[in-house]
Amino acid sequence: MTATFPDLHLSPRLLAPGTAPADLAAHRRRHGPLEYGDPESVLRAVAASGLTGRGGAAFPTHRKLVAVAEAGRRTGRAPVVVANGAEGEPASHKDRTLLHRSPHLVLDGLRAAAHAVGAGKAYIAVGDGASGLESALAQRTGDPLPVEVVRLPASFLAGQSSALARYVSGGAALPADQLPPVRERGVHRAPTLVQNVETLAHLALVARHGADWYRTAGTPAQPGSALCTLHAAGHEPRVVEAPYGLPLARLLPLEGASAVLVGGYHGTWIPACEAARLTLDATLLGAGVLAALPAGRCGVAETARVLRHLALQSAGQCGPCLNGLPRIATAFRTLAAPGPQGTARTDLTRWSGLVEGRGACHHPDGTVRLVRSALTTFAAEIDSHAHGHCTATDRTPLLPVPEDRN
Amino acid sequence: MDQRIDIDWTACQGHGLCADFLPDHIVLDEWGYPLVDGAPVPARTVKRARRAAADCPVLALRLIPARAA
Repeated sequence: MTATFPDLHLSPRLLAPGTAPADLAAHRRRHGPLEYGDPESVLRAVAASGLTGRGGAAFPTHRKLVAVAEAGRRTGRAPVVVANGAEGEPASHKDRTLLHRSPHLVLDGLRAAAHAVGAGKAYIAVGDGASGLESALAQRTGDPLPVEVVRLPASFLAGQSSALARYVSGGAALPADQLPPVRERGVHRAPTLVQNVETLAHLALVARHGADWYRTAGTPAQPGSALCTLHAAGHEPRVVEAPYGLPLARLLPLEGASAVLVGGYHGTWIPACEAARLTLDATLLGAGVLAALPAGRCGVAETARVLRHLALQSAGQCGPCLNGLPRIATAFRTLAAPGPQGTARTDLTRWSGLVEGRGACHHPDGTVRLVRSALTTFAAEIDSHAHGHCTATDRTPLLPVPEDRN
Repeated sequence: MDQRIDIDWTACQGHGLCADFLPDHIVLDEWGYPLVDGAPVPARTVKRARRAAADCPVLALRLIPARAA
């Protein structure tokens, strides 16, 4: 499932070579011991590196660390750190691949982040798959802070930071209202740092090798590299590490593609001719999912399948999302079938406006981003459907969608 | 300090009382949930906005500093 690309001019930083997990001895041979200075020097190195979050939002890691450390000082409560390996997006495999291959790099990063914010408790939250974590933790007898493994239910939203904080506190894995934010009051009401596992792995290397080393990959504005999950027809999904600024065409075969999905199910469809001019960009990349849709497959049908999944994965807590997403999914299914479309297109535009920004989490916002980009990118195909025919010649689904049973 | 109306979407059940109190600032969408203009609440309306917050059956409406997220 994973591959390294010799032509990327980047030897993988995060993923240990081979397919077997790197045990602690192999990890130490490859990266050396984890040594860092006082919390301030870790924060300075992270600030100078320009590291951003790899969970999808690309938020500056340094600002999040500082906010949690300050909230800890202000409230007099030791912060909690949660490594987020939920990866609820069905098309993304990078976090579980990283946890499988390089668990100790993630645990090093968790330790360095906990040190930087003065945390008194650390968790690592993962889905069912990551089975080697307990044995990796058992090897680390010298760690100053014990780490508890939390197994998350399989849902799209379980990795949303407030849902994660609630679940780790013993509640349901459902997003909470954004006020107060998790960084102020999260797990058991303590200031909480929720950080994606890939971000922590990068942080472990920044703490070791410094900001200048980190910046030797990527661009000045977006330094570093990112793990991507690549989907191309006829191939198993692959996880690769690539520097920001790399042309997308170097990662994905764009010949014969009609469109590219950048950033996963909360991301953006881009026509292949435009994607060919794009580079790997943190603001578009989301959690790193890239999928090339071959000409001859129907992007409208692909989007309709994904939207059905997204609607079913709504937590159902917020009125606009609860009412809007199923209607949006149903209207899109109408567009996906050749034949009369009624008011589906205007309904989609109106409902998209009604759900955007009106929820506790960004699930409606991300869903709307996908809808709008699909309406634009596949406009000609939707017109064909209105006239009663679909131009697709191959109905094999490209994007993975789990069987929803509700 | 300027204040604006904020909705806790996990609490709001679309009772719609807020739109009766503040028709100039809140209308209901086609499902009965409030559409709030994000503007700061004018001084002459603050008292009524507080009343709307206190009278929301599920306490989903609140006034927050205009700059807060």
